[in-house]
Amino acid sequence: MSIQNGYRSMSANEVAWAIAAVALTLLTLFIASKATDPGYAFHMYVFALAGLASVIVIAKRAAANVPVNPPQEIDGKPNYNMGPVKFATIASVFWGVAGFLVGLIIALQLAYPVLNFDFAWIQFGRLRPLHTSAVIFAFGGNVLLATSFYVVQRTCHARLAGDIAPWFVVLGYNLFIVVAGTGYLLGITQGKEYAEPEWYADLWLTIVWVAYLLVFLVTLWKRKEPHIYVANWFTLAFIVTIAVLHLGNNATIPVSIFSPKSYIVWSGVQDAMFQWWYGHNAVGFFLTAGFLAIMYYFVPKRANRPVYSYRLSIIHFWALIFLYIWAGPHHLHYTALPDWAQTLGMTFSIMLWMPSWGGMINGLMTLSGAWDKLRTDPVLRMLVVSVAFYGMSTFEGPMMSIKAVNSLSHYTDWTVGHVHSGALGWVGFVSFGAIYCLVPWLWNKKGLWSDKLVNWHFWIATLGIVLYISAMWVAGIMQGLMWRAYTSLGFLEYSFIETVDAMHPFYVIRALGGAMFVVGSLIMAFNIYKTIVSGEAEEPAKAARPALVPAE
Amino acid sequence: MAGHTTEDRDHITGTATTGHEWDGIKELNTPLPRWWVNIFYATILWSFGYWVVYPSWPLVSSHLTGVIAYSSRAEVAVELDALKAKRAAQAADLGKVELAAIKSDPKLLSLAMAQGKAAFGDNCAPCHGLGGAGSKGYPNLNDDDWLWGGSLGEIHTTLQNGIRSSNDDKTRISAMPAFGRDGILKKDEVRTVANFVRALSGQPVEAGYNAAAGAKLFADNCAACHGDKGLGNKELGSPNLADAITLYGSGIEDIVETVTNARAGVMPAWNARLDAVTIKSLAVYVHSLGGGK
Repeated sequence: MSIQNGYRSMSANEVAWAIAAVALTLLTLFIASKATDPGYAFHMYVFALAGLASVIVIAKRAAANVPVNPPQEIDGKPNYNMGPVKFATIASVFWGVAGFLVGLIIALQLAYPVLNFDFAWIQFGRLRPLHTSAVIFAFGGNVLLATSFYVVQRTCHARLAGDIAPWFVVLGYNLFIVVAGTGYLLGITQGKEYAEPEWYADLWLTIVWVAYLLVFLVTLWKRKEPHIYVANWFTLAFIVTIAVLHLGNNATIPVSIFSPKSYIVWSGVQDAMFQWWYGHNAVGFFLTAGFLAIMYYFVPKRANRPVYSYRLSIIHFWALIFLYIWAGPHHLHYTALPDWAQTLGMTFSIMLWMPSWGGMINGLMTLSGAWDKLRTDPVLRMLVVSVAFYGMSTFEGPMMSIKAVNSLSHYTDWTVGHVHSGALGWVGFVSFGAIYCLVPWLWNKKGLWSDKLVNWHFWIATLGIVLYISAMWVAGIMQGLMWRAYTSLGFLEYSFIETVDAMHPFYVIRALGGAMFVVGSLIMAFNIYKTIVSGEAEEPAKAARPALVPAE
Repeated sequence: MAGHTTEDRDHITGTATTGHEWDGIKELNTPLPRWWVNIFYATILWSFGYWVVYPSWPLVSSHLTGVIAYSSRAEVAVELDALKAKRAAQAADLGKVELAAIKSDPKLLSLAMAQGKAAFGDNCAPCHGLGGAGSKGYPNLNDDDWLWGGSLGEIHTTLQNGIRSSNDDKTRISAMPAFGRDGILKKDEVRTVANFVRALSGQPVEAGYNAAAGAKLFADNCAACHGDKGLGNKELGSPNLADAITLYGSGIEDIVETVTNARAGVMPAWNARLDAVTIKSLAVYVHSLGGGK
């Protein structure tokens, strides 16, 4: 960055952002001064600090003469804005390792309860939402931010819309993560699975999410390509639907602006229905649609092959988003939910099977003519295995939604195993594949620091997943069978504590599988670090990608 | 083969592309896989069929009930009724006979044992352990050392009314004074008498322990309930101090703690939660665990 004398004055855009940041700081400082709960006051100070830091950064931009409007193109090539993408990529590696590690800790707590140490902050009940939020929203969310901002620019041939806005989205989202995660440890939760953060964190996320939608839409609007690439359809469906779900399931009324506590407007079974409409579509639109967008860009790119079927992509896209939204009631089979709603949840889940597999077919068949690359490219292997896990868990899901199967699997560890075959195998591996692709591209490196380490990561993590899900299958089905076993005299064959006792060995195996997954992620983090700091630079002449002008 | 010579074809599969390209990515115009379409249609057809048979779409103020008028509540009610009917027939037999007579009827005995085991696992195991081995503060039910008596009748009474249970007037109750906390004994006296208790069960004492002082303290403060020789009294629920079994540990610090602050474990009165036949079965089951007298 060239050093010049004299400051430029702040642009109207910068002034508006700075005013918003000052307003946030003042408002949160005021609330902190009257907060009824020390944890809540702490969160308000975090917001105030973030607002203050934003003002300073914006002022420094002006002081350092960072161009107000970076050129949209340089030498006829789009001047891509990769700063926020880089940040989200690194954040995803960091949160991934942290989230997997917390998962390992709670797996060990289940096997060895003494590891709760009678200390409130690290009880299973607080760490469990920390784990799920860290892996889904912190790790997965940053992967989605990084890849969607990267892919939308590359496939639209256009610079990301806005200048400060993309940074606001990425940094604001990570601020939400910090507030949510520390809240769990401090005991601040609204007790809704996968939607634990309280009203003020939800409100902040809403603002960030609207900014995300706007940045994405305006970038699409600016595109130089006549058509919108399939990956972007999936991303848009993900952003829009998550917004709707978030608002519906977090429709709460705070006790007071000075209190973290709020009450949901839905009650009884309606609240349960809202919760699982949200919960299942968080899987459908966050962990499926968003990550299918990743698959649709990175698999053909890495395999250097055309997407297998454009027609399939259209049909399975619309079928998937139409059918997924109905499937939530299958989480409430045999409960107070009316039978008719259970029926719809189950049948729509069954109809969802093929639309889900459309994505798998398009992912796998894109490799026709390039299967040999699986032998030499461990990154591509990771991407392909993720699609295979996607296919497996999207078959298992509809099967478990069938009421007769569900009566055995519900409330057992089979569900946990199912979730993890999707989470570790599909979401985890497709994310790792995307990160391994992205980092050399973003930092202009010839390749990764070590392909061999990718291979190690792949095998250790794959073996870990196999241990994890097979242990949970056995534990879950055994647990379900033990619960329903009656003696010939009409008494329950097993007490609850006997079922817990019987699962212990499988809990240990699960923790071992999880540990291997953590080791794999540490190998990745090391490889990514080495690639960034000491990877061999791509020769500028050969660099196919246009030079990146830092927007930081 | 429409003969578009300008058509872009993938050279490996020979399939036409859509003609677009994004960042180097093209898409083939491959038709939908037939098997995929067929299975998709099949799942839709199956769903329509299911909607006809089972309760499905909501209407304005009701919903389609389906041709078989299925209801999951009605289904579970039928299953529960069948189970209740089966258990009621068995319970009638168990309810009629005297507690002591159950053991002499093999059929009733096996029924009581089966019911007792099921009830024990869900109600007693959380404190006493699945096998009744107990843990610190929760008595072992497999040995022959009983605080309140180990005969069938005594176990039955304990189960019914509990121990120090707040919601039962007939609950078994006794209270050991907190000798240290309430200032009845001084700190060094507590230690001395704790050493005496250790000696009662043949355990080594601390250096400098005054045996005569210990004996005097014990006789003045403890013997009224625990007996002159510390053998305990089942009428009062006072434990035998001369055997090797202790509920709260037999180390010197454990005993000092017990004498200082006293102990008062609580067991619920199960007659408020379980029916009379189940308690009867539990008594038989617990009595059979190994230590019944």
